[in-house]
Amino acid sequence: MNTTTEKMSQPSWYIADVIGVRDETSTARTLILQVPNWPGHRAGQHIDLRLTAEDGYQATRSYSLASAPTEADRGSSIIEISVELLDDGEVSPYLVRVTDVGDRLEILGPIGGYFVWGAGQEEPIQLIAGGSGIAPLRAILHERLAADGVSADSVRLLYSARARHQVYYEDELGDLADSEPGLISLQFTRSAPKDWTGTVGRVDADLLARVSIPAALEPTVYICGPTKFVEVVASALVGLGHDQARIRTERFGG
Amino acid sequence: MPIVSPGFFGRERSEDSGLPAGQYLTRDFPVLSTGPTPVIDVADWEFTIATERGAVHRWDWAGINELEFEDVHTDIHCVTRWSKLGTSWRGVSLDTLFDGVDTSADFALQHAVGGYTTSIPLSDLRGHRAWLATEFDGAPLPAEHGGPARIIVPHLYFWKSAKWITSISLHTEAQQGFWEENGYHPLGDPWREQRYEYDN
Repeated sequence: MNTTTEKMSQPSWYIADVIGVRDETSTARTLILQVPNWPGHRAGQHIDLRLTAEDGYQATRSYSLASAPTEADRGSSIIEISVELLDDGEVSPYLVRVTDVGDRLEILGPIGGYFVWGAGQEEPIQLIAGGSGIAPLRAILHERLAADGVSADSVRLLYSARARHQVYYEDELGDLADSEPGLISLQFTRSAPKDWTGTVGRVDADLLARVSIPAALEPTVYICGPTKFVEVVASALVGLGHDQARIRTERFGG
Repeated sequence: MPIVSPGFFGRERSEDSGLPAGQYLTRDFPVLSTGPTPVIDVADWEFTIATERGAVHRWDWAGINELEFEDVHTDIHCVTRWSKLGTSWRGVSLDTLFDGVDTSADFALQHAVGGYTTSIPLSDLRGHRAWLATEFDGAPLPAEHGGPARIIVPHLYFWKSAKWITSISLHTEAQQGFWEENGYHPLGDPWREQRYEYDN
């Protein structure tokens, strides 16, 4: 296990202004937040978001930051989170269906000192996302590309989604895929578009061996997704010879 | 004053939810680990307590199973804000394991397969508040939840309960484990919402 990560600064509460919303899928939305005095964050970190009802009841949930600290076209006080509507959700239905530009939200952050990437980590990195687990990996991808230029030798993303209409950041990832072969690999688990030339099915050892950075190059691997997805992918990678100490995981329920 | 979100109602609430501040109830059992789930054969399993003076107390799987087991029914609280109520475990009280361990240390560090560590005051591992658990819900503890054996310290946030436990080392000086080095609290009492290093 890598314990050389940089120490996290103490998270603080901030008031965020919703300055934009972007639908990613029919059930997921990215909120663009302006956070005065935001101290900046590291790619891969998350925030806690707290909603308060009129009677004072509060509910808090964690959301990964989908934006990279160094995205060039924005100020450092603008951050993004992508929220997937959960069937039995308490907070996500409000954020996906009700929240709009002009609203204000309370957030605690930035949080997390392990599932992060920062300049100075020069080894290649392999990112593997299942479903909405793409959010923190988008941040890491952009951070690495900003640091090293667009090269599939230094970073690759394998992104598993049920179908094309479930893919977040589709245009952006499509442009990146076109610019650098091997950089982005999509895998559809349920149904693929008509022009799809890849396979359909769950991520397995064969697929990992074909599209991911080989164990021999000693990449650090970041896996984020539902528990089952992470379990299967992480053990397949260990089977392919990756050192467990170089595999970092972030699992969410379901 | 908190910012009220118009149109946000939240779940139906009762007067006493039984939850510490900032937590929400879950019915499934999320898995939070920093890396792959290790595969551990009980034939190779070993657990040690190492004192600050270098004495090592050692148990293998058969040795642990000769000890007195207890049923533990408890609520658990994760710093990622989920809580699970009324969970059922079976394990050996750490009081049983510390019986016969001669120490004047105040601090302990739990060590797990894969290199995970978590620091904890020794007093929080004693007083019938911590167990080495080998069963969950009437079945052998699944690997993804720390099987074959993990520590449970239910009165603290659950990162203080190491999965795949291999040893507990005792120290006269405060230690920092994995999340503690990454900015999390030295004690982690959910009822005082001690999530991060500088929380009171």
